[in-house]
Amino acid sequence: MELKVLGQDTQPAGGCSSGGCGGSSDQLGHLPEAIRDKVKNHPCYSEEAHHYYARMHVAVAPACNIQCHYCNRKYDCANESRPGVVSELLTPDQAVEKVMAVAANIPQMTVLGIAGPGDPLANPERTMETFRQLSAKAPDIRLCVSTNGLALPAQVEELSRHNIDHVTITINCVDPEVGAKIYPWIFWNNRRIRGRKAARILIEQQQKGLEMLVAKGILVKVNSVLIPGVNDGHLREVSRVVKAKGAFLHNVMPLIAEAGHGTFFGVMGQRGPTHTELQALQDECAGDMNMMRHCRQCRADAVGLLGEDRGAEFTMDKIEGMDIDYAAAMEQRAAVHAAIEENREQQRLKAAGVHVPLTALQGGRETRPVLMAVATSGGGVINQHFGHAREFLIYEASRQDVRFIGHRKVDAYCSGDDTCGEAETALQRTIRTLAGCEAVLCSRIGFEPWGLLEEAGIQPDGEHAMEPIEEAVAAVYREMAQAGRLDAPAPRLTRATA
Amino acid sequence: MAYSILESCVNCWACEPLCPSRAIQAALPHFLIDAGKCTGCEGEYADPQCASICPVEGAILNELGEPANPPGSLTGIPPERMAAAMAEIQAR
Repeated sequence: MELKVLGQDTQPAGGCSSGGCGGSSDQLGHLPEAIRDKVKNHPCYSEEAHHYYARMHVAVAPACNIQCHYCNRKYDCANESRPGVVSELLTPDQAVEKVMAVAANIPQMTVLGIAGPGDPLANPERTMETFRQLSAKAPDIRLCVSTNGLALPAQVEELSRHNIDHVTITINCVDPEVGAKIYPWIFWNNRRIRGRKAARILIEQQQKGLEMLVAKGILVKVNSVLIPGVNDGHLREVSRVVKAKGAFLHNVMPLIAEAGHGTFFGVMGQRGPTHTELQALQDECAGDMNMMRHCRQCRADAVGLLGEDRGAEFTMDKIEGMDIDYAAAMEQRAAVHAAIEENREQQRLKAAGVHVPLTALQGGRETRPVLMAVATSGGGVINQHFGHAREFLIYEASRQDVRFIGHRKVDAYCSGDDTCGEAETALQRTIRTLAGCEAVLCSRIGFEPWGLLEEAGIQPDGEHAMEPIEEAVAAVYREMAQAGRLDAPAPRLTRATA
Repeated sequence: MAYSILESCVNCWACEPLCPSRAIQAALPHFLIDAGKCTGCEGEYADPQCASICPVEGAILNELGEPANPPGSLTGIPPERMAAAMAEIQAR
């Protein structure tokens, strides 16, 4: 069998483990051409694109119409990267100014989203005014919006007028019984409604909104927050239902719950899923539809490539001092995007040339799949020093293919209530975060982490600096196979915790 | 006596467009209710609109000076049930 690293063309026979279910670089491979064209440069929708293209969110929508147990509107922490959190609320005019400034300074930018910090559709005037101005001033920037769905049916018509071709709906359940454990109340028809009744109304509106968007030809991605013991057993059903209604991508995200965040779940000690639980559920849902695994759960004012946040460079006071030629900036964007596309095409061709029949190498023996961590600062290559990485991308190499599994942050949020004790160093914490991986690929690595990684059963590897990620992962897998390391069962590893 | 907003308000704007009397002003450090205009939504809605959407417990006082959203109202779990709810959640 050939080792496929790019350009998936096979349909999954049943779950990702059979290969080709969209885990590799282009998980959008099975989509119709028209949809692929719409999303191929969208860092949130295309795993491959997120190595190259940047996005930003503008925080113009402060109000919310529901209460979620994983959200607390009181907190604004500049060190946190998670939805619902924002430092500087903007008026539509300010937001447009900021978008134009960022798009001029980060020409890799393709996408502007409105995602809060409340619900964009609970602030329809601010949200729509921002879209209206931007579609006129920066027609090359794609516009998207993310919503809890409660006000969606009422806004579909208006959204379709503003050149919005992507909408994300957060759907955590299709059963009011489950919903009542996630949403304590909604504000609906001028009343606060609680419990199952509230969840039933929210679910009805979400599903209706999804159907209306699909009927309009607007692409819909569904986000679900995986909450162990609440909806973990239920999300496969969610995946099945939203796929049947025409959502093109399902993004199962881990619950972020820490006491320091002041959320109900955080304070009550609701745990988030382990890496293993998240991956298992994503794999189960993948039998039903295209899954997304590279989501970074951005802040409502995030700026830059996924995994980085350059928001601090673009505060309103800094933007006011910038002198920008908008027309020239748009031309520069076009040139930069063209160069990126050429680079992607070259990597694709290069990768096509390195397919290696693994079975030949192994004499037909079964080899087990292996997880590897990769340090990259973008561009689809291994180009980051181990010690500089704030997150690692996780890939699974097997006899069939190399597939992207997800990412693990090593720069914890506000780690106010760390259960591991204060004695643990940042390095030890990083190594614990990489549990389950058998190799870590980076451009360079220091002496101390090298030794500690080896002790933890994780092989450090700086041999593949500047090589395309999938190609390097495949090469390391082959080396491990040739060394006979894949005949043995995986070494006993500490289970990774979220 | 009218409703009023305290400093725990997070300026999220949710209440402002809902007020049938246009009594809510976007002010700093936090939003304010014009006592001369506020009717407590009497005759307009069954429930006071600002308090029904406010995401912060205790940030709005009613005409009696009591929190319109008392402890437990945000989560739906009254204080006396918190310990039991916590045990159940931590067992997940």
